[in-house]
Amino acid sequence: MTTTDIIEVLVKIVAVFFILLTGFAYLTLFERRVLAALQSRIGPNRVGPGGFLQPVADGLKLLFKEDIIPAKADKFLYLLAPVAVVVPVLLSAAIVPWGPTIQLFGRSIPLHLADINIGVLFFLGLGSLGVYGIVLAGWSSNNKYALIGGLRASSQMISYELAMGLAALGVVMLSGSLSMVDIVNAQANGRWFIFMQPLGFMIFAITMVAETKRAPFDLPEAEQELVAGFHTEYSGMKFAMFYLAEYIAMIVISAVAATLYLGGWRGPFVEQLPILGPLYLFLKIMVFLFIFVWLRASFPRLRYDRLMTVGWKILLPLALINLVVTAIAVVGADTKFFGLLGG
Amino acid sequence: MNPYIAIGLLLLLSTGLALIIVLLGAVLGPNNPNERKLEPYESGMVPVGEAMQRLPIRFYLIATLFIVFDIEVIFLFPWALIFRKLGIFGLVEMAVFLLILLVGYIYIWQKGALEWD
Repeated sequence: MTTTDIIEVLVKIVAVFFILLTGFAYLTLFERRVLAALQSRIGPNRVGPGGFLQPVADGLKLLFKEDIIPAKADKFLYLLAPVAVVVPVLLSAAIVPWGPTIQLFGRSIPLHLADINIGVLFFLGLGSLGVYGIVLAGWSSNNKYALIGGLRASSQMISYELAMGLAALGVVMLSGSLSMVDIVNAQANGRWFIFMQPLGFMIFAITMVAETKRAPFDLPEAEQELVAGFHTEYSGMKFAMFYLAEYIAMIVISAVAATLYLGGWRGPFVEQLPILGPLYLFLKIMVFLFIFVWLRASFPRLRYDRLMTVGWKILLPLALINLVVTAIAVVGADTKFFGLLGG
Repeated sequence: MNPYIAIGLLLLLSTGLALIIVLLGAVLGPNNPNERKLEPYESGMVPVGEAMQRLPIRFYLIATLFIVFDIEVIFLFPWALIFRKLGIFGLVEMAVFLLILLVGYIYIWQKGALEWD
């Protein structure tokens, strides 16, 4: 390991931060404009051309807002919670393969931060860690709405994480690896796992909406009953950090879903022109992000008991069935079991 | 190069970034607290009672069930990586493991642990 390796890693980290933070800023604008279009409104279009500077204006406004710490709050945990929400989300971006290996300045640079052999497990683990920040925020605020919102969020996230893990297992079984890079490579030549795991993809797609607490699964922050849920008491930049975490989680989870099921950065002519890789991944992420906004415009919020019923009584058994069918099909194909039956 | 070095650096830098954002907001904003402003927010009304009340047991039950089933998923991960090498043997072994858990799943369903009312 040399100094240039460290510099390469640092440059990549700065690039990932830049992509995620810019992505977050413009995803808020994208959501407001698309939502407005779906509701026959115009949306924010006054700040800069087409509302392009709206996120900057929002950010500056929040930066200069008063930072209120409620008198009854547990001060240390209250300040820790936004950090504990943001860090796991940023960390989970480490395993996303943004593109193939490219040649730059005479070095071959792989376009991912870390190719670890437990990639999928790492992602799911960080998803669980994200619950801590939300529970801490809800509890330390010493506010009824915040506490109930935090509890709802934790119950919802852990319930849907089971089905998400089981759905992702189907992909792991087909690729034989937990590494995200290996999973992309196993989907070369258009053999996307969505074609072999349609049920697994459906389950993953539903659980990723629930994991990011987006409509119609946004009960933790149901504004009619809980004001803003677990971040009711937060103001200024700390309030912004909860939104930062939510939107970056949407981007990262879309990237992971695209990698697991839609071939990641793979697409036509990517072998000849590696720079197309990040572009294809970007387009696939945009499809997911548009669906996130579309869902919010189309569906009413679920009732909490139904949310739990869907998670525990429908998605969990379906994910188990998907797992068993995949296992039997793969082993059956390997051992030519079906051939023996037929012949 | 060990990929965990990159992850460690990312952990350090993202923690730093988060702390800087919290600090910036605290430094740049005005600060004129008063008694009413620092009260818990309850839609503009004077707060009633304490926030820390007794909560439905359902939330704790869900957390307990989660631990059982999450460990099941964790056990499935190493199996999913090598089940092709294990062949029919691995399939039968995992079927037995899943059946045992299925009995537990049906039990908690019948007991009404998954109901929410």
